Amino acid sequence: MGASYVNAEAGETELLPDVSSINQVTESVCRVTEQPAPKGWWMLFVPSLALLGLLIACIGYLVTVGTGTWGNNSPVAWAWDITNFVWWIGIGHAGTLISAVLFLFRQKWRTSINRFAEAMTIFAVMCAGIYPALHTGRPWFDYYMFPLPNQMQMWPNFKSPLMWDIFAVSTYFTISLLFWYTGLIPDLATLRDRSKNTFRRAVYGFFALGWRGSNRHWQHYERAYLILAAISTPLVLSVHSIVSFDFATSVIYGWHTTIFPPYFVAGAVFSGFALVMTLLLVTRSVFKLYDLVTLKHLELMNKFILGTAWLVGYAYAMEFFVAWYSGNEYEQFVFLNNRLNPFEAPYWWSYWAMVICNVIIPQVYWWKRMRTSIPVMFVVSIFVNIGMWFERFVIIVTSLHRDFLPSAWGVFHPTWVDICMYLGTFGLFMSAFLLFIRWIPMIAIAEVKMVLPFAQPQHAPAVVLSEELQDAHAQKTALAAG
Amino acid sequence: MSEKTQTGGSGLTKHLSLVLAEFASPDALVAAAARVRGAGVKCWDVHTPYPVHGLDGAMGLKPTRLGVFSFIAACTGFLGAVTMIQWMNGYDYPLVVGGKQPDAYTAMVPIIFEISVLLTGLTTVFGLFVICGLPRHHHPLFESERFARVTDDAFFISVEPKSEEEKHRVSELLESCGASYIEHVSDHGGAL
Repeated sequence: MGASYVNAEAGETELLPDVSSINQVTESVCRVTEQPAPKGWWMLFVPSLALLGLLIACIGYLVTVGTGTWGNNSPVAWAWDITNFVWWIGIGHAGTLISAVLFLFRQKWRTSINRFAEAMTIFAVMCAGIYPALHTGRPWFDYYMFPLPNQMQMWPNFKSPLMWDIFAVSTYFTISLLFWYTGLIPDLATLRDRSKNTFRRAVYGFFALGWRGSNRHWQHYERAYLILAAISTPLVLSVHSIVSFDFATSVIYGWHTTIFPPYFVAGAVFSGFALVMTLLLVTRSVFKLYDLVTLKHLELMNKFILGTAWLVGYAYAMEFFVAWYSGNEYEQFVFLNNRLNPFEAPYWWSYWAMVICNVIIPQVYWWKRMRTSIPVMFVVSIFVNIGMWFERFVIIVTSLHRDFLPSAWGVFHPTWVDICMYLGTFGLFMSAFLLFIRWIPMIAIAEVKMVLPFAQPQHAPAVVLSEELQDAHAQKTALAAG
Repeated sequence: MSEKTQTGGSGLTKHLSLVLAEFASPDALVAAAARVRGAGVKCWDVHTPYPVHGLDGAMGLKPTRLGVFSFIAACTGFLGAVTMIQWMNGYDYPLVVGGKQPDAYTAMVPIIFEISVLLTGLTTVFGLFVICGLPRHHHPLFESERFARVTDDAFFISVEPKSEEEKHRVSELLESCGASYIEHVSDHGGAL
């Protein structure tokens, strides 16, 4: 759009070069919810719904028969359930990072992907929450975890990291939902005002709360958004730190390390960005959103993936360094014999899968051609997701399976319930996600409009004000006189 | 108090007749807003599809006080959490686990933080609704067909005149500001 805009900052004019009007943004995003679903959507939705059914059946079976239907055993008391919990909750972290942290850093490119990533956060936390809730064994007593008066006249132990986890995850879910909904209000009003039939109008209208774009509201709204971003930023860092405390505060070698909180947060962002990428690439092509989600957005995300790949790679190396430097032979045994060594460790393949997927494969992003190639980024994002699942598996299972006494050693094998439940959470996630992209604006319409170079006044507001105020003052005097 | 009529939930007076003016660009809108303010109009508002920079200054809006509510909520959450945990774990049922002091503060930091954040977030969002008078599903402006484009790409100024005379004066003022379209919206009531 030319480079003459007063407010245009470096790079801003190039962000969405194919968008030439404000209305185009409304059209591109809203038409997804207004047209019949494309075939690709149904092709994904039907299997997702089937997997969701599988999840419900598995939960029913597990609750009826007991947690013994999982493969968890005596040395490996935490296995796929907690691996999946940590993996899913980590996935969610990219959503908050994109919506809150990049907002505080004034990264305008986030507006094309934040809604999408926030929705992912909410659905991923839902999937994650299932596992610890069921892991208690008697989920109908889960309310004991909340500080509610009960017949035993006991209170929860607030000094337990597992209790911290309850508060962290439930707060995280609530705040993410509020953040997401607050961002949605103006966009739901857009859908309301475009509605052709009464039913749509009533439903979208109900949730839009009667939003009418009033600037007196926008003023408070922007502040609320800023406050939510400001509290979500430490919140997201706290959530995965606290998840890592579940491990770090224990006395198990391989878990008892001070590097865990930042290591977990970096890994969470890494895996979250990868899953955003996977889903974004599919959605972008199914719904043809090329003008709003450009190659530039994807390239920036790939840079994040490369950066966080180095952070997790550093953490892996540091764990080894500390194991060696501490001189603690139990710790060295966990890392060298239980994880690294193909001849000694039954789970060596999971360790090496983790390193290859998380550290080696993302290195292709040093080359711009790779960062901007759609097939490459799709494949890399899948590898990162697999690698990050293995990371949690390695941390949990390889640390537990060999106890202090060799007589207590054991190996974990997943049962069909483990496998079906994991697949089932994909069903829950994808069903919710597909319904979201079908019925709710998946790109933040108002926020994208706001960063268009022609959407803001082109003259510096101060100049406009002083001239106009003089003018207005003259008018006022004239009005009073006449 | 006049702002209440536009923003508050209970400000619906009996026979409202609003003057609604559309402007073609954000520039024209900001300029017009500054003039409307200068003309001493009391009950008015500007409607945009997204937040327009410089509009708050042009309208002469006072800074929002939402942050004060959030801050009070954060403090309440903090003190509430400290009190709750100390009372439950330290006084009402002292729980000794792993030989640790029952009321150790350091182990309570994570939950104190989470509760403070939770209360701040809830207060911010519900405080926003209270300050803006939302939800409000019936507003005279929704009677205007043209106004539906405010959530797409149109910019409006709405004024609630106190008398017929002011209505004419305001209409003329808005016209002289370069409004591309002017409409008088009245709430007929019972339309829905």
